[in-house]
Amino acid sequence: MLVLNFFLFRILPGDPERTLTRLQRVSPSTIDEVKKELGLDRPLPIQFFDYLGDTARGELGVSYVFSRPVSEVIADALWPTIMLVGVATVGATVIGTLIGIWGAWRRGSAIDTASLGFGLVTYAMPEFWLGMLLILGFAVALDWFPTSFMSTPGLTDATAGVHLVDTLEHLFLPALTLVLALLGEYALIMRSSVIEAMNEDYVTTARAKGMREALVLRRHVVPNALLPVVTLAALNLGFIVSGEITVETVFSWPGLGQLTFRAINGGPDYPLLQGLFLLFSVAVIFANLVADLLLGLLDPRIGRV
Amino acid sequence: MNGTLLEIKNLRVFYEVRGVKAPAVDGVDLLLRTGDALGLAGESGCGKSTLALACLGLLPRNATVEGSVRFKDMEVVSAKPGRLRALRWAGISMVFQGAMSAFNPVKRVGDQVVEAILLHEDVSRSEARSRMRELFERVGIAPRRAGDYPHEFSGGMRQRVMIAMALACNPPLVIADEPTTALDVMIQAQILNLLAELREERNIALLVITHDLSVLAQVADQVAIMYAGRIVEEGSASEILTTPRHPYSRSLVGAFPVVGDPASRGVPTGLPGDPPDPAARPPGCAFHPRCPNAFEPCDRIDPALERHGSHLAACHLVAREAES
Amino acid sequence: MSARAVRRTRRIQAFRSSAGLFVRNRMGITGLAILIVFVLMALFADVLAPEARLSVTNAPGAPLQPPSARFWLGTDELGRSVLDLVIQGSQISLLVGFLATAISMLIGALVGIVAGYFGGWVDVILMRFTDWFLVIPFLPLAIVLAAILGRSLFVIALVIGVTTWPGTARVVRAQVLTLKERPYVERARALGAGDRQIIGRHILPNVFPLIFANTILVVAVAILTEATLSFLGLGDPFSVSWGSILESAFAEGAISLGAWWYLVPPGLCIVLVVLGFTMCGYAFDEILDPRLRKR
Repeated sequence: MLVLNFFLFRILPGDPERTLTRLQRVSPSTIDEVKKELGLDRPLPIQFFDYLGDTARGELGVSYVFSRPVSEVIADALWPTIMLVGVATVGATVIGTLIGIWGAWRRGSAIDTASLGFGLVTYAMPEFWLGMLLILGFAVALDWFPTSFMSTPGLTDATAGVHLVDTLEHLFLPALTLVLALLGEYALIMRSSVIEAMNEDYVTTARAKGMREALVLRRHVVPNALLPVVTLAALNLGFIVSGEITVETVFSWPGLGQLTFRAINGGPDYPLLQGLFLLFSVAVIFANLVADLLLGLLDPRIGRV
Repeated sequence: MNGTLLEIKNLRVFYEVRGVKAPAVDGVDLLLRTGDALGLAGESGCGKSTLALACLGLLPRNATVEGSVRFKDMEVVSAKPGRLRALRWAGISMVFQGAMSAFNPVKRVGDQVVEAILLHEDVSRSEARSRMRELFERVGIAPRRAGDYPHEFSGGMRQRVMIAMALACNPPLVIADEPTTALDVMIQAQILNLLAELREERNIALLVITHDLSVLAQVADQVAIMYAGRIVEEGSASEILTTPRHPYSRSLVGAFPVVGDPASRGVPTGLPGDPPDPAARPPGCAFHPRCPNAFEPCDRIDPALERHGSHLAACHLVAREAES
Repeated sequence: MSARAVRRTRRIQAFRSSAGLFVRNRMGITGLAILIVFVLMALFADVLAPEARLSVTNAPGAPLQPPSARFWLGTDELGRSVLDLVIQGSQISLLVGFLATAISMLIGALVGIVAGYFGGWVDVILMRFTDWFLVIPFLPLAIVLAAILGRSLFVIALVIGVTTWPGTARVVRAQVLTLKERPYVERARALGAGDRQIIGRHILPNVFPLIFANTILVVAVAILTEATLSFLGLGDPFSVSWGSILESAFAEGAISLGAWWYLVPPGLCIVLVVLGFTMCGYAFDEILDPRLRKR
């Protein structure tokens, strides 16, 4: 894992090199100045170490778009993203898993087929389109929810309670969009995992002991069925990141995704993009580690670290 | 103490595969009394495991059952789910083959045994746990291993845990389905000894199912040989194992060396061919295509299971010999 | 018959029976039907929705009109028919999807076969490389690459291809590993066949169905990814794809204006096409792996 991390860093310094050669079309004299300032006239390995050092110290450069240090910009946008992703992931995992179990238990029934179809369709949908549809439907047509942003302007003096409700109101649609987008895959994987587990011998043993079906399901099937789901969910993290970026864009949710969008279109803002890329990659690697650990905890057959 | 425990009458079990109904068990009668030890032998696919599952009502959804399986005064075939669940493990328990897959890999073995107890008896968890530890000791497993997981045991030890679990609710009848398959010879002997001892101690009736006849020599009083879903010979263990009459029994007996004697583990004298496909049973006697002694009526008339002296056999040859 | 002739007849037979199974599979046929509609749409796009009507400066209608008899799907902010836009969009969306998939499959299959067949340290290195790619979240990577390499269709296709090949590589490698142990490979080697021959004659033909099934599913992902990238503004600003239509719609505030006719059709097309590919892909999976077939 650490090896991967290392390689990750290697690619990034390559970017400023290339981006600056494109900037060369701007004007030669400014280029020299900029180069000196950014220390790019020094040989590449030294650049790389500089970069590492800077990054370690939290100095990620200055954003073009915002004219503020990148680290600040990112820090501001961090919490909203965590909130959105957190709620959505938990929601999608829980609901998806439950649907998957139910579908497997009542295999072949109308509900099962319906949920399979539903999962298939949501998988095929670009999540930002879904988001836009939801806005159209619920926010514009029905006016049940606000259309964008995280809070209603002008509420700065209100009490904490009102703030909370307001935030939740704003959170609902984007969270719903993400949940729907992620849901299908979890449900599908859980379903096939449960079906597979139900065919195992220990289920026969459990039934032979005189256990009711529902109990067999709960105590023996589900714990075993969850294991492959954790692994697969970890692999899906990249998808969560992409979904989150587009959903934030659609809803103008002030998080990292929205930041990414503005970084692309307002520039492109290379320092900011680099910083974001770094953060995303680190986050995914970290999440993978967590998933591995979780699996180690859940499955006694895997040697503890 | 000779109450009838298990009475199987004319049991037929059909599996439906791709629209075709094939009989895995094709008309079996069996009787077990308290304390009996019956061995059921036959090749893979002859229906013996299906029989075992049928006794507990554990057949999969695509199976149809006809006939009767009576445990004491309860009819298993048509039993309501509640009564069936009560019967399972407390009335009849099973020792499964392949204990590795029969245990839940993510649960501790002690818990799995305790679970069985708690399902049927109204005792506290701590009492169940102490009973579990007693059982472990009896089968030769250190009680502290109750906190271990199935994959941490060797094959033989796992089988012992399996046996402990089967005894958890003190059932009067234990069905052991291939209890020693995949174990090496020395361990096999130990396990079989254990089973025999336990049977004596607790007056448990045993139904041992296996394809390895040498196993039955140690444990069974009576032996029944199964072929193509039917019983083809039945009698006392000593009789069947020393003087089998049915050609199939003869080749089975000849095919298996003696447990505990590694030297006799050579290449067994096998039979040519394979057991028949349940969906395509040969006319007349199901065994005749492979029988070295087949003669005229064998391919036309299906021999019925008849009594010849002290044992039962379904074979024209045996019938003819008995007459003379 | 010569060995080659025998092989060919057998392959034709296998193909025919698979095709037969496919036809009987409802999902597969529905998927295929959908795809045919869209492919035809893309092929005849220039006829159905002539470029002239999509001119930015000379638009035929009034801006942002709801659907009417003249403009079945209404108009965009410049007054162009949304229906025309959608039809034209199919060309790029499908094209980029296919191109990206081709790139992805080529790299993936190559890596998978080489890693699986040669094993040893080649395998280890390639797999490490693959795993690294798998871990990196694809969208940020795609964004960075696209931002650097510029905004063009080819870049998008390349980016998608580069971010999706690991999945294929893994699957192919697993298959090659099992194939490698098959007796006929050993026989071929004993007979002195060279690596290239073994790969070409024995491994490739058997890996091919798997690659094919995988390809179908990758196309679906590629199209979705293209839409996402275009929506975020990384696409070619001069070409029309379903993603870019959505981008324009979003930028013009179609949502707050309630201009649903602008938003719904492009997304719907994406959904249908992806569904089409996914359904065909699943149908193929069922054919290839008899275990998945319903009894």
